[in-house]
Amino acid sequence: MSTTQHLQDFVTQVRRDILRQVHQVNSGHPGGSLGCAEFFTVLYQEVMEYSTDFDMDGKNEDLFFLSNGHISPVFYSVLARSGFFPVVELNTFRKIDSRLQGHPTTHEGLPGIRIASGSLGQGMSVAIGAAHTKKMNKDTHLVYSLHGDGELQEGQNWEAILYAGSKGVDNIIATIDYNKKQIDGATDDVLPLGDLKKKFEAFDWKVLELKEGNDVEAIKKTLEEAKGLTGNKQPVVILMDTEMGNGVDFMMGTHAWHGKAPNDEQLETALAQNPETLGDY
Amino acid sequence: MKTYKNTGSKDTRSGFGAGLTELGKTNPNVVALCADLTGSLKMDEFKTNHPERFFQIGIAEANMIGIAAGMTIGGKIPFTGTFANFSTGRVYDQIRQSVAYSGKNVKICASHAGLTLGEDGATHQILEDIGMMKMLPGMTVINTCDYNQTKAATLAVAEHQGPVYLRFGRPKVANFTPEDQKFEIGKAVTLTEGNDVTIIATGHLVWEALEAAKELDEKGISAEVINIHTIKPLDETAILKSVRKTKCVVTAEEHNFLGGLGESVARTLSLNHPAPQEFVATQDTFGESGEPLMLLDKYGLNAKAIAEKAEAVILRKE
Repeated sequence: MSTTQHLQDFVTQVRRDILRQVHQVNSGHPGGSLGCAEFFTVLYQEVMEYSTDFDMDGKNEDLFFLSNGHISPVFYSVLARSGFFPVVELNTFRKIDSRLQGHPTTHEGLPGIRIASGSLGQGMSVAIGAAHTKKMNKDTHLVYSLHGDGELQEGQNWEAILYAGSKGVDNIIATIDYNKKQIDGATDDVLPLGDLKKKFEAFDWKVLELKEGNDVEAIKKTLEEAKGLTGNKQPVVILMDTEMGNGVDFMMGTHAWHGKAPNDEQLETALAQNPETLGDY
Repeated sequence: MKTYKNTGSKDTRSGFGAGLTELGKTNPNVVALCADLTGSLKMDEFKTNHPERFFQIGIAEANMIGIAAGMTIGGKIPFTGTFANFSTGRVYDQIRQSVAYSGKNVKICASHAGLTLGEDGATHQILEDIGMMKMLPGMTVINTCDYNQTKAATLAVAEHQGPVYLRFGRPKVANFTPEDQKFEIGKAVTLTEGNDVTIIATGHLVWEALEAAKELDEKGISAEVINIHTIKPLDETAILKSVRKTKCVVTAEEHNFLGGLGESVARTLSLNHPAPQEFVATQDTFGESGEPLMLLDKYGLNAKAIAEKAEAVILRKE
């Protein structure tokens, strides 16, 4: 099987996991999760160096921080299918006594999670801190992070963006899930972000634009390019255009599925568009 | 009664600075972060000695707390420094999610707490921080009384695994804790033994409590003064042992009576050994500009107020 075919099969299974998780508890955030299925898959299957024998300190491995914690279904699916915890545990998503909380947390000891997120805007600062420690420990591995575009409306991001640019934090690669949608509608209607590329550049970041943020090959190529740009006294950001609800026709092109679960019939339709590949949990 | 000698007034923040300097030499994992108040927090020496372990974040406290949380991943022990107001209320959600809920080993070191910050006024004089911090699950809350105790506490929190809020202040106050006294987190220090009333004090008001005990002694009232430097976890054993003997208590703190030490003591008593209690604390008010000692007088946070409350609470005993 080609690498690309493997990645695509992985993505399809992740989509099924996302849909089935949120359907089962009639809550959660499928839209953004589906939009980032390809990104998570490439990151964990192709790009990052890590051990599934989880250790909080993560020395001598790449680290990832999810700042927009509400897309936990995609994070959980990819962590499980990458070997961090049993896939069957996806069955416990958002249920009582679960390690798979509504938003990711270290509190229940779920392997693969290094910070709680959910209250938005905090992940970039955390990533910078972890990157500083890597430098102090003479650890040349990288720190990756993912942020929602709407999340950039939180002011703490701009403190962190100013800091990382001004101080030349050059071992982080931040990615913005640039789907241009948030709960109340289009970001352009809620609070326009303006020219994000110019804004990051004005804060001394190296900016990569990824127009095909739902294409595994394009994601891989851009992440590899980003890796090549680290170590140059400049942080790197990828503006990744994605489609919210990608892979499920009735969830695409709208913000309606940001935080809404499909009903039984809708689930059936959505799953039919994404046939089982690696085996359902 | 046992008396204490002021060996020379010093500010508690300098005790923090001295502790941090020592940690710089003894613990290579200790790192320091500051939000543009390096001099005020007395972090200059650490910065000079260890520039590679000192991080100037700028006036961006939310970012500082997040960076500190991230730094723990990989084994560093971050000490953040800014005024108490900007260490807590301004960044409550960052502390809540990235530090406390995430269980990160961050030491939030907060100077200029309370009214004794003085002339800058109410915008900077936080009187609610103990309440906010003690409500966070897993957070250890410490409020030290003098230079020596603050230095010892700074060394101790580095050895403690988990988030800590370390609160100290700006003005020079009496320094009476023995230089070699080991700081034990969660362990009260009984300063004087007495039978008539227990005075439980924290921070700058511990010295005032000792002064009050002297006044009371002259009137034939014997007061047991307990220095509660750790508000959470609270040394309930020491408190109950004392109150079972004296049957009444005065709590004293440079903080609002809502959410402070007094309420923690009241809970302990109501669950285990109900007893009359009086509160020396601010009365649900903001502060104002003025000289520190004049402010303490105006808001009733001094030896005189403690002694008066002690006499009042004794009358309430059954």
